[in-house]
Amino acid sequence: MAEAVLQVRGLVKHFPLTRGIVFKKQIGAVRAVDGVDFDLFQGETLGIVGESGCGKSTVAKLLMRLEEPTAGRILFKGEDITRLSGKALKAVRRNIQMVFQDPYTSLNPRMTVGDIIGEPFEIHPEAAPKGDRRRKVQDLLDVVGLNPEYINRYPHQFSGGQRQRIGIARGLALNPEIIICDEPVSALDVSVQAQVINLMTRLQKEFDLSYIFIAHDLSIVRHISDRVGVMYLGRIVELGNEEQIYEHPTHPYTQALLSAVPVPDPEARERRERIILAGDVPSPANIPSGCRFRTRCWKAQDKCVTEVPPLAVPPALREVGGPAAHESACHFAAERDCAPAGG
Amino acid sequence: MDTLLDVRDLHVEFRTRDGVAKAVNGVNYSVNAGETLAVLGESGSGKSVTAQAVMGILDSPPGHITRGRIFFQGADLLSLHREARRQLRGARMAMIFQDALSALNPVLSVGAQLGEMFVVHRGLSRRDARARAVELMDRVRIPAAKERVGDYPHQFSGGMRQRIMIAMAMALEPDLIIADEPTTALDVTVQAQVMELLAELQREMHMGLILITHDLGVVADVADKIAVMYAGRIVETAPVHEIYKAPAHPYTKGLLDSIPRLDQKGQELYAIKGLPPSLLRIPPGCAFNPRCPMAQEVCRTDEPPLYEVAPHRASACHFWKETLDG
Repeated sequence: MAEAVLQVRGLVKHFPLTRGIVFKKQIGAVRAVDGVDFDLFQGETLGIVGESGCGKSTVAKLLMRLEEPTAGRILFKGEDITRLSGKALKAVRRNIQMVFQDPYTSLNPRMTVGDIIGEPFEIHPEAAPKGDRRRKVQDLLDVVGLNPEYINRYPHQFSGGQRQRIGIARGLALNPEIIICDEPVSALDVSVQAQVINLMTRLQKEFDLSYIFIAHDLSIVRHISDRVGVMYLGRIVELGNEEQIYEHPTHPYTQALLSAVPVPDPEARERRERIILAGDVPSPANIPSGCRFRTRCWKAQDKCVTEVPPLAVPPALREVGGPAAHESACHFAAERDCAPAGG
Repeated sequence: MDTLLDVRDLHVEFRTRDGVAKAVNGVNYSVNAGETLAVLGESGSGKSVTAQAVMGILDSPPGHITRGRIFFQGADLLSLHREARRQLRGARMAMIFQDALSALNPVLSVGAQLGEMFVVHRGLSRRDARARAVELMDRVRIPAAKERVGDYPHQFSGGMRQRIMIAMAMALEPDLIIADEPTTALDVTVQAQVMELLAELQREMHMGLILITHDLGVVADVADKIAVMYAGRIVETAPVHEIYKAPAHPYTKGLLDSIPRLDQKGQELYAIKGLPPSLLRIPPGCAFNPRCPMAQEVCRTDEPPLYEVAPHRASACHFWKETLDG
């Protein structure tokens, strides 16, 4: 197996809830990320899916060290980067870059495209000598499919898809090994999404990049990812390769999530068996005991209230083997026949 | 079947500082009672502006209806007096907006906002209106409706807020509902709940529903027929079962082809090249021609009419036959 470029172990981020202005008293915590483990291998794409509030964007910020983790470790090529600061942190950040969701707010409207893409060189002057920068920026524009002559234009002169290309060029500037993409296409029109996805796939091959691809659109994640982690309320509840997750999900939440996605095929309308979950996601400030999904789960038993199911290959499924044997945090993990009845 | 709404040759333009933006350029569609029409299009395709013109909530100025007619239950809406239209709105036709948080008034309780419908249109007392509000909240399955009727919009989750929007639209049992991206802001599992609720209420009350969306999946799930919009014009209309099997317009085909499919894993996705045009400068001829893989000389000069492809099917493409076959 390829080398793990990033290892995440027991990552936790709690945001304190306080009361009082002068004498702040902590009255609770929003458990945004509550124990996340995964590896990212060289050259692969790890998709992370989940609904809003599940903590997927907080994970991205923690990996970038834009937020300080409450607990846990992040290892970049075996080196613990969780407590780095100053120069050492700066050096690591060169290798981990980010592409943001909203191409309208993540580019400074008062800077030219050349300055935006070249800004990483200001922070890391060793990456490109001063006289060489303009040419490098033009190369980057070319790589992401924009006209290099646009270097002096401002963000508002570009469309959403073009702006996202600018954001990607900025992410590539320092030649990183890992790019964390937080919902990179969800703000774009359908006809433009495919263009950006194709660009990202091409760049991955060209520069041997490893991606963490965070999104809520399950079909796009499936297309681009080698492995997929499903998050619910601050934890990964199921993790496996693309086929294991999409064809053989064993966690009830993954099954419900997949069954809820509208399929662009009217013929499938009658045949599909939908799992409609009751209620809303609980607040991350008040996470249920035991299994955090149990309040919405149709399989929940007493055991689910008392025991937290670990993210591991369930023993019963391991014996059987096959694609259903992958990590799933459920006491009663089992493949559900998702095949349409009579189809 | 009774034609509930009939939009004919509608033109809307926005007069802005930069010039005239032609947002809607000759739209025709109709909806029958009990039927769901999906209007599919990307941002700027004119799908929401058309709906606003139908509802009579177009911002004017800068928006102006320059041509066309809108018939609702036989009456010509555009010739109606302002007050007559206001009485239709809410009572006979209602709208559900995408973003419930900004569509609801943050300083009024949801009970007051729901009850207002009955006070204004039905002349009910506040107390009776409140009782009706609770009934409505029950009907859209908001748990503990009686206790929550005094709560404010921010105290509800996104899915619950969208239910309140639906309750408000349903309050006076209108004949037509226009839902503008009703589930776009919601998570998938909540989206499924809300769509199911909307479809169920529609069946029960035999309403016409116009569903405005950009999501081909949602369309396939609930619509009877579909109108695909591009640059302010309908480029294809068809019963929903047929369009997914064999699109008759290259734009529809491009959208369908760019959906990631299983057997394409690891390959390039099909992508429609280029960008949607600016409404200030719509290309001459067919508006889609600069992006179209099939474009010929005629597409740059002659605007294609809506050709009848089959019964109830039309495509605004000179080469609809070739598209349908290939």
